[in-house]
Amino acid sequence: MGEVILTMKGIDKSFPGVHALDHVDLEVRKGEVHALMGENGAGKSTLMKVLTGIYTKDSGTITYEGREVEFHNPREAQEAGIVIVHQELNMMNHLTVAQNIFIGREFMKGKLIDDARMNEEARKLFDQLGIDINPAEKMGNLTVGKQQMCEIAKAISHEAKVIIFDEPSAALTEAEIEELFKIIRDLRAKQLGIVYISHRMDEIKVITDRVTVMRDGGYVGTLITEQCTKDDIINMMVGRVIYEDPKTHSMVAPDAPVVLKVEHLNAGKMVRDVSFELRKGEILGFSGLMGAGRTETARALFGADPKESGDIYINGTRVDIRSPEDAVRNGIGYLSEDRKRYGIVVGKTVAENSTMASLKDFLSGLFINKKKENEVTQKYVDRLQTKTPGIDQLVVNLSGGNQQKVVIAKWLVKNCDILIFDEPTRGIDVGAKSEIYHLMNELAAEGKSIIMISSEMTEILRMSDRIVVMCEGRKTAEIDIAEATQENIMHAATLR
Amino acid sequence: MQTTSKKGNAFTNNPIVRAIGLQRIVVVLAVILEAVLFSILSPAFRQYATVVSILDYSYYISFMAIGVTFCLISGGNDLSVGTGMICYALAGGYLVQQCGWPVWAGMLVTIAIGLCFGVLNGAMVAIMNLPPFIATLCTMLITRGLGSIITGGMAVSWPSRKGVGGWFRSLFKIIGTGNGLPKGTIIPVGFAIVLLSIVIMSVVLNKSKVGRYIIAIGSNKEAARLSGVNVVKYQMMAYIISGFFAGLAGIAYAATFSSSVAPGTGAGLELDAIGGAIIGGTSMTGGSGSIIGTLLGVFVMSLLKTGLPYVGLQANWQQIITGIVLIVAIYIDVLKNKRTA
Repeated sequence: MGEVILTMKGIDKSFPGVHALDHVDLEVRKGEVHALMGENGAGKSTLMKVLTGIYTKDSGTITYEGREVEFHNPREAQEAGIVIVHQELNMMNHLTVAQNIFIGREFMKGKLIDDARMNEEARKLFDQLGIDINPAEKMGNLTVGKQQMCEIAKAISHEAKVIIFDEPSAALTEAEIEELFKIIRDLRAKQLGIVYISHRMDEIKVITDRVTVMRDGGYVGTLITEQCTKDDIINMMVGRVIYEDPKTHSMVAPDAPVVLKVEHLNAGKMVRDVSFELRKGEILGFSGLMGAGRTETARALFGADPKESGDIYINGTRVDIRSPEDAVRNGIGYLSEDRKRYGIVVGKTVAENSTMASLKDFLSGLFINKKKENEVTQKYVDRLQTKTPGIDQLVVNLSGGNQQKVVIAKWLVKNCDILIFDEPTRGIDVGAKSEIYHLMNELAAEGKSIIMISSEMTEILRMSDRIVVMCEGRKTAEIDIAEATQENIMHAATLR
Repeated sequence: MQTTSKKGNAFTNNPIVRAIGLQRIVVVLAVILEAVLFSILSPAFRQYATVVSILDYSYYISFMAIGVTFCLISGGNDLSVGTGMICYALAGGYLVQQCGWPVWAGMLVTIAIGLCFGVLNGAMVAIMNLPPFIATLCTMLITRGLGSIITGGMAVSWPSRKGVGGWFRSLFKIIGTGNGLPKGTIIPVGFAIVLLSIVIMSVVLNKSKVGRYIIAIGSNKEAARLSGVNVVKYQMMAYIISGFFAGLAGIAYAATFSSSVAPGTGAGLELDAIGGAIIGGTSMTGGSGSIIGTLLGVFVMSLLKTGLPYVGLQANWQQIITGIVLIVAIYIDVLKNKRTA
């Protein structure tokens, strides 16, 4: 490790209602790979966006090469030598590799672009990095891994001194990761400063020199990778005090029957060989970091996305679910994480939303039986204690918590016995949150079975009877609530 | 290592096929097939006059299509070229016919107004961020109305071949008068102008910054912006090019296709141009396309327009068949995008 090239000190940033960064520090030295770690929403990306000028900081200082700097956009940062290699690649698939690398600063021969020279220069860059890519190939024909190498080459050609890798390995194969690491080691040897954001604990140990951990927008600490264990890092990531009482033991009767059994479910890259069981009256928590494949699993189970293979049994009978319609017919209701897009129709009334999934039951001949619709809706408004001036109120006028209750009502009216709650309290304020929790517990006590996907550790520990942990499309652990701790969940969530 | 993920059979992987492009081969075959089919079905089709007629159709469609190709590659579209072309030709022709302007001035005005509308379209799309489809649909209406207003609803006749300033018709078609060239001999020189435009605009698309950045914007606008490309400027350029060529199309239309230009017409002609571009392999979703492909696609359209009446299918049938051809072409484009996605 060489001298310090970049120091971020006391970086503070607030968005309306959120204190996203609370006096965060980060120091990067020449010739080091510095890991930046933290749970979902810990503030890693926000910090990098502040660094590269996408966000403006509220306070704090950034010192780069001995001078205090403030970049106003990624281009200024790039010109100064700070480049991000994004997880989602910023490539123009229709242009060639060389054309992508030199976009905006083409070599010209008179008025015309000198593509031959650009190919040549790109070739030199690749030689320097020791990678073999044809500069004249269309970018869209390359694998994600190769595209990422091109982005690194582009960064080098900008004479980058600090390169930030934002979860670079997420989309790569094992062989590609090896190649990436080789390049990163090379860059380190050339005295570049490298920031490496990743959830994969094993990679951190392999490739990084130091680790800075963030939690809930705050700075937790910086460790030297060699001198710490995986558990040290995990403890720093999750070391918050949990205020709400976690569940201490499962509420499910020991002899409760299995209502849903999923075996070897495969659907795309995000759902690989997932198997689990759900019992009557159980709340099964699904935990994991961003991109773990939890929502994808739920969507495949619900028939919203096609599955490649796998069997689903409901009450012991194998069922064929190819569409949400099939799922609903089999008594599965899905409460989407994106309520406004998939859960409710905001421009319709409480009554209309409540009966939407089971309209067939409310028909008298060709017309909707308004009286019956109103009766049933009122019943559920009372039961769920939905706060609405009336059942004719438009859903758009209700608060987030009460909108969520309308969605719950919709599936209860439909008589669904299995409810999938995807991030049930996202965007809901604290008071309404505990109401939703109360309601879920009540539903479970009545014998409904619930799958709850949540990114909030406290929510998982407070609500679940059992916890399934996923990581990169695979189930990595199944933990009974009595044994669950933040640490063992996080351990499983970062198993790769 | 070359990482080409695309699958294919021996034919599509053949280096010659790959170099020319499968789509272009298919389009050339389609043109030949059309010509053969019409020739078999109608003896009257097998004449030199038919070739001239096909070319007459092809000039104005070609010019429109060259411009539209740039808009499509930028990820947009230009629906205003059809009525625009008529509007610009009406304005230019009106000055010549009613105000006694020389023909060259009328031609310049025709192109200048095309450029103005190109700037307008570009500004709406690039600066005001209107959806290209809607923005140019509105200029389509505006140019249609404006054309009628300029001429007071009257048709405009550009100078006839024998009249003062009739020379401009010889830019596209030389007809022998007996001295030097046998009387009645027709030389479609307009094709040379089209070819020249094709060559120049191919170079612009593939070898100049304008073309490179238009492709970049159509491929991934945000990436282009983050790479420091002035996306507003170059997105506008696509529409300005389209406006310029719509002006040229207006002149070609007046010179070869029709003895007089009638207000209120032109709607629907943009589909011939857009269709030609898409058949020629330009993507509806932006980022890829070629000018030569567009020319080939235009011939598919202009052969249809010329040939269908020979086999007894008149205007209404033409529209139905044009519609079907477009659906097929766009569907192929959709399939292509699905494969690369």
